[in-house]
Amino acid sequence: MSTRPQNAYPSPVPVGPRSGVRASVLHGKPASSVATFPGHPVAEMVVPKVALDEISLSYKTTSGERLLALDKINLEVKPGEFLCIVGPSGCGKSTLLHLIAGLHPQTSGKVLVDGTPVNGPGTDRILIFQELGLFPWLTVGGNVEFGMKMKNVSKAEREEKVQYYLRLVHLSKFRESYIHQLSGGMRQRVALARALATEPDVLLMDEPFAALDAQTRDLLHDELERIWAETGRTIIFVTHNVREAVRLGDRVALLTFRPGRVKQEFSVNLPRPRHMEQPDVARTAGEILNCLRDEINKSLEAEYADEKAR
Amino acid sequence: MKKLAKQVIFYSVLLGIWALVAKLRVWPPYLFPPPWGVGRALWDGFADHSFWIGIAVTMKRMLIGYSLSVVLGMILGLAVSSNKFLEETLGGLLVSLQSLPSICWIPLAVLWFGLTEKAILFVVLMGSLLSVTIAMEDGRKQMPKIYGMAGRNLGASGFRLFWSVLLPASLPFIVNGMKQGWAFAWRSLIQAEMIFLSLGLGQLLMMGRDLSDMNQVMAVMILIIILGYAVDGLIFRTMERRLQEKYGLTPA
Repeated sequence: MSTRPQNAYPSPVPVGPRSGVRASVLHGKPASSVATFPGHPVAEMVVPKVALDEISLSYKTTSGERLLALDKINLEVKPGEFLCIVGPSGCGKSTLLHLIAGLHPQTSGKVLVDGTPVNGPGTDRILIFQELGLFPWLTVGGNVEFGMKMKNVSKAEREEKVQYYLRLVHLSKFRESYIHQLSGGMRQRVALARALATEPDVLLMDEPFAALDAQTRDLLHDELERIWAETGRTIIFVTHNVREAVRLGDRVALLTFRPGRVKQEFSVNLPRPRHMEQPDVARTAGEILNCLRDEINKSLEAEYADEKAR
Repeated sequence: MKKLAKQVIFYSVLLGIWALVAKLRVWPPYLFPPPWGVGRALWDGFADHSFWIGIAVTMKRMLIGYSLSVVLGMILGLAVSSNKFLEETLGGLLVSLQSLPSICWIPLAVLWFGLTEKAILFVVLMGSLLSVTIAMEDGRKQMPKIYGMAGRNLGASGFRLFWSVLLPASLPFIVNGMKQGWAFAWRSLIQAEMIFLSLGLGQLLMMGRDLSDMNQVMAVMILIIILGYAVDGLIFRTMERRLQEKYGLTPA
């Protein structure tokens, strides 16, 4: 990689070969990917928005053996940063988001938000689940309003914000609809509006676009990027799709397969807005994918082994 | 409307066959009453108010016994489903008790409460409480975990989590449990009334038997069917259908 002239085209910058090295190495450099996106605040903070400090998780399987799912994960996310986490299926990337959201306790280590350890869920970190978890007994408006109701926001303010966030995701007309009446892409946007309406500092997204067709997904990438720019939220986005990660992220963290460790981090210095089909996105994704391939093979081997055992 | 036409034809034919067999006198009328005899018994029963009183008494018992079993069943079901210890101990007992037909409680009920209203209510309660409890428990377990997580994620906890998320999420299961509870309570009540002989439809039916008045027996049977079906078929099915539509469980 070093043989290539660094400035010929933007390329991923690997930081640290294995988990032990922290992402804070990055902080010394100007966050050019953030700065290239107009209207977005440049983050030069010392205190990271979210910091994972030696996070480990192990659990007992049904057969009684202890399985180490996550092994000493160290990650730091700057305020306003868009971090993507990629890894093979079964590497624990969804679990990691659940830990950050406080929905599941870690075995050891700390989750710090603004330098303060957190225990349990909080509306400063909202997770958009892979299966969304929208409430079918509420209308679209009711879903968006839900988090604010729990925070005891006044009715007038709720009303105003429901309107604002529904307009932001282009769903104003569907306020009175029920969830099952909407298409997959629309449900995604309801979930996004519901999460944003509680005005969290950190948005955690768990493969939100995995089940969508390519056109809808591309559209939602654009919208997510726009909303991110407009609201200045910190986003941690989990996906198995490397190209999606490069399309969206300021930085991509690669997790290993069982136990999940941070194998490498790449900062993506491509100008925004980006597209999935762009050659430099594809090239960057290819480099990350090379690094990921070993892990995918391990994951596949494990799956096949499971099958043989049966 | 096509379905209605089919039903009209079906019941007309059924009635016709019944009338024909009665007219041919295959069996004597005191064993096999003709439809017009049953019709007259129905008319007379309502005319002399005995059926009205029977229905009123039965429905009142039903309402009290059923409401009690729904409230207690929900509390019990929630307790069993949210506590591992209770689930492993009390849960098993409840399932095994449900294999006991509610009529088996009658000897105990009579001993404990005498031939009173309380004894009848006790039998109704034992008949439907367990099915409500078990449906409630199953509902809590079958409810997708995602709703609880999403609720906590959005800042709900404690009672508000229960009231705004867990309860509505398990509503389809609760309605199903209430429906089952109703069916069990209805059967238990009629059975109990037949044995206790203290007003109510069950007693009217037994009175018909004692007088060898098969017209009255059949008339009361028809009443029991119609009332049971009206509540189950109209109230509960409608509630279920509405919920399923709203929750998107069936293609709307």
